[in-house]
Amino acid sequence: MTFSNIHNYLLRHLQVMLSSLGELWRQPFATTMTLLVIGIALLLPAGLYVSLKNIEQISGEWEHANRISLFLQSGISDNRGQQLAEQLKTWPDIMDISYQSSQQSLNEFREISGLDSLLETLPENPLPAVIIVEPDENQQAEAIEALLDRLAALPDVEQAQLDMQWLQRLRSINNAGQRGISILATLLSLSVLLVIGNTIRLAILNRQTEIRVIKLVGGTNTFVRRPFLYTGMWYGLLGGVLTWITLLISLLIISGPIDELAALYDSQFSLRWYAGQMLFYLPLIGLVLGVMGAWLAVSRHLSAIEPS
Amino acid sequence: MIRFEQVYKRYANQQEALSGLSFELLSGEMAFLTGHSGAGKSTLLKLIALIERCSHGQVIVNNQNLSRLPKWKIPYYRRKIGLVFQDHNLLHDRTVFDNVALPLIISGENHREIGRRVRAALDKVGLLGKERSLPIALSGGEQQRVGIARAVVNRPPVLLADEPTGNLDPDLSREIMHLFEQFNQVGVTVFIASHDQDLINQMPYRHITLQQGKLADTVS
Repeated sequence: MTFSNIHNYLLRHLQVMLSSLGELWRQPFATTMTLLVIGIALLLPAGLYVSLKNIEQISGEWEHANRISLFLQSGISDNRGQQLAEQLKTWPDIMDISYQSSQQSLNEFREISGLDSLLETLPENPLPAVIIVEPDENQQAEAIEALLDRLAALPDVEQAQLDMQWLQRLRSINNAGQRGISILATLLSLSVLLVIGNTIRLAILNRQTEIRVIKLVGGTNTFVRRPFLYTGMWYGLLGGVLTWITLLISLLIISGPIDELAALYDSQFSLRWYAGQMLFYLPLIGLVLGVMGAWLAVSRHLSAIEPS
Repeated sequence: MIRFEQVYKRYANQQEALSGLSFELLSGEMAFLTGHSGAGKSTLLKLIALIERCSHGQVIVNNQNLSRLPKWKIPYYRRKIGLVFQDHNLLHDRTVFDNVALPLIISGENHREIGRRVRAALDKVGLLGKERSLPIALSGGEQQRVGIARAVVNRPPVLLADEPTGNLDPDLSREIMHLFEQFNQVGVTVFIASHDQDLINQMPYRHITLQQGKLADTVS
């Protein structure tokens, strides 16, 4: 290929790319309908993906909340408690210890609950002293369970509680959710493929004469396919961008209540939008699906008009 | 230039359109293909243009055996065959210029070359002033001349026409035939299917006559 050939070739591509966009522009109603279908179909998996990512983020935040609370028997003195804490610190599978006396527990409870006057009426402090144990992070869940058992067996300990269980549950829900989203995303992607394929099929029917004439005067399949592939590309690309915009609007609507909820739980959590990531992936996925759908539709038509 | 050797064409419904047809058209020759409708004229032209493939035998065009031509090479082969149709096959949503330019756009010519060659072709068929018109605004004879301009814009060595004067009155028909003669005079092999006996009898070219898919006779 000479330079001028390549130049002509690229110029031709650019022309087809723009003229196929122009074609969509000239039929605003039909184009909008198709884009909306694509946008809505992609919005569902995209929205679920963002929610899941946020849930992962919450569980990640408490990754280090892998703690064991040891509630000591009532009647054990502060001295005794602190001694026990010191002793536990020497265990190899324990990383850190903090001791909280029953008085401190009471103060904390008073602060959070604001039930001052009620607490005044109690004859004695009902809250136990607590030792908070942070196990070595690199351990398997089973090892932590074993540690929990050993700690619970200590004579001064009333109850040992691992704060992990709900986190594990959340994580398994998350895993199940991820699979579900994968299935949903695959199905909806397939539907986007079919929607674009069908739209292109209608476009092909509208331009059947043109295709026939192009083939008669020596047009290759590539030449016939090109405008339709670009049309598919635009549908997918614009559909992806539309999904992105819709996603951001939905997140904007949800984010207020979510932040309020987080504030009620006294959490630093705020909804993450993944806007940049989504702006990259949604149009890309749309583009790939669009080109594939168009390819399928045109190829089927072309093989039907080959000479026999 | 075009050689048929024992060519058979059978359609899926067992109807035999051509049976054992053999003839040869020399390079630079002009000839008419005649016969009643249903005699196989269109089928014969379709085999040359590779719109259809023969069931048996060999069609050799420009030293190329068409039955051995792979599918993907068909477009490149067709660029060397100019096709003119009875119903013109023009695209009605584009101007005359764009219609004639189509083969050149397909073969990837540059902008300036396209303009030059389209105007040369339109000049030859006498439609230079109608570049910007839509085909629908032209008369039947003019539309056919646009079709001819499109067929020759690639400068193909072979020009095939299927009933090119089928819808035209005698004067216009004569004009169109004269146009084909002019292309033949510059070396193009021209093969025209026509049942307009009055018109083609006035012209000094060979007739290849089909009868029920067979060669009836060959008159020089």
